[in-house]
Amino acid sequence: MGSVTATVAPPTDSNVTRWFRTFGAIVGSGFRRHATYRQAAVAGVVTNSVFGFLRYYIFVAAAGAAGRVAGYDRAQLATFVWVGQGLLAVVAIWGWTELADRIRTGEIAADLLRPIHPVTSYFATDLGRAGFASLSRLLPPVLIGLLFFDVYLPRRWATLPLFAFSVLLAVVVCFGCRYLVNATAYWLQDVRGPLILWTLCSGVLAGLYFPLGFLPGWLEAGLRYGTPFPSLLQIPLDVLVERDPAAVQFGLVGVQLGWAVALLALCRLVQRRAERRMVVQGG
Amino acid sequence: MSVIEMRGLRKEFTVRIKAGRLRREKRTVTAVDGVDLRVERGEMLGYIGPNGAGKSTTLKMLTGVLMPSAGEARVCGLRPVAERTRLALRIGVVFGQRSQLWWDLPLRDSFELLRHVYHVPAGEHAARLARCRSLLDLDEFLDTPVRQLSLGQRMRGELTAALLHGPEVLFLDEPTIGLDVVSKQAVRGFLAELGRAGDTTLVLTTHDLADIERLCRRLVVIDHGRVVHDGSIAALHSRYGSRRMVVAELDTALPEPPALPGAPLQRVEADGHRLVFVLESATVAEVVAGLAGLAALRDIAIVEPDIEEVVARLYRAPAEVGEQVWVTE
Repeated sequence: MGSVTATVAPPTDSNVTRWFRTFGAIVGSGFRRHATYRQAAVAGVVTNSVFGFLRYYIFVAAAGAAGRVAGYDRAQLATFVWVGQGLLAVVAIWGWTELADRIRTGEIAADLLRPIHPVTSYFATDLGRAGFASLSRLLPPVLIGLLFFDVYLPRRWATLPLFAFSVLLAVVVCFGCRYLVNATAYWLQDVRGPLILWTLCSGVLAGLYFPLGFLPGWLEAGLRYGTPFPSLLQIPLDVLVERDPAAVQFGLVGVQLGWAVALLALCRLVQRRAERRMVVQGG
Repeated sequence: MSVIEMRGLRKEFTVRIKAGRLRREKRTVTAVDGVDLRVERGEMLGYIGPNGAGKSTTLKMLTGVLMPSAGEARVCGLRPVAERTRLALRIGVVFGQRSQLWWDLPLRDSFELLRHVYHVPAGEHAARLARCRSLLDLDEFLDTPVRQLSLGQRMRGELTAALLHGPEVLFLDEPTIGLDVVSKQAVRGFLAELGRAGDTTLVLTTHDLADIERLCRRLVVIDHGRVVHDGSIAALHSRYGSRRMVVAELDTALPEPPALPGAPLQRVEADGHRLVFVLESATVAEVVAGLAGLAALRDIAIVEPDIEEVVARLYRAPAEVGEQVWVTE
């Protein structure tokens, strides 16, 4: 049998442009796929808003007569809650089992038959989804906050761009976590267990149920640097409400960046391991 | 150089079987058991076998989504698993029971996205799409989201999606499963057209043997993971003794079964008014002449051998029809 040595084209400009064009096209398709379900988006906004009121009043009660708790005043708590309610859908902590379902049914084969790495392709789709959610799910709760409450508006010029970058990183970190949870389906088939664990941990440890500042300092620090969860919500929101000095703000985003890179690398590693032992289900 | 080569290709799965309340026993199941095969450029190969014979497993190994346990495979000169993404640019795959289209997107958007994923120049993409649109009648549902398409429409979409990047090899895993007669004809007609052009190699697995008869000159039958036949359909018929038959309708039944040299009587139907002979060495003319001397003939029909019959016999008793047999012409 004649062997053929296939050569890899060196990374030229056109290769890089081509890659970005493909990536952009998949991002766009992710946006359009989610834009199809507009009524679901409206239902989501209503739910997020109702829970927004609930959370705000609980946090304010925790702040008590002094009006301050764990480094937040009332206005900062309002921003924390209402922007947080909007970010929930952008980051998409809950409800993504597409990869696990496709592994379980064998549909994953179609993903593997494309000339693009599955992690890259799912990641691009998720960015598109997050883009649509930023328009449809983030703005309404923020508007409600602005209309009905005395919210905290950032005072440092760098805060808003840093917040935007921090949200992007939160999306990346959350994607990485969800991909890994879903990827357990390669080994387990049934991901309900890991999914419940993830839902529980992400809600509590991301700062959704209460800001992590409510916890003792050593525990908060441990969670912040030792786990990816605070990078999902707590850090972007802390950056926005300027709870810490500017240098700490940048430091926190740096922590997020570290988690984002590490998790994407881990996703690729896990995917490679999975493919070595994979059984594509079904005939 | 062959476009597809398999040497001793083998896949074993470990399954756990309940062997008591808590105990599970490990058992190894061999799905593909040392397949050697070469497919040349432009060939249209029918790859058939009963359920669980190892057809889909072979296809999964050739497309790089499943790691072989032993042996090796080359497709377009590439190692499927190790060079999967590069291979993906050169092959197209259609799974009858799976979809490669995006569920929420209209067909048109799926095709546009595939253009970017496969880096196809806009002009080439437009030309191929235009051809598929006319041959497969896509226009009426091009803007419908995939989730709303009927199975027949979706399958036409799947075929288009698999061909838009101009693959050298097209793998089709039961592409006509569940389709109605009209859609089946559309799919077969399209594949026949593709085969006539001669630059795409086609590997087709199916349970519908009409697909094979219509499309493939070469037929590989696999059972229990081993190749039990490799050759033309005619070779299969001659090897397993399938013959043409003559069905004679008589005005009056004969008192005793007639004995015609070279054409044994296979069965008697309709109270002796219909006789079925198997053509062994006799010709149709000889049978007709022999019968005309015995009774008044009302009608004569010649029945071509039925491939389903042969294959059914092959599936039922592969050992009886021979161990690992290669029939080449």
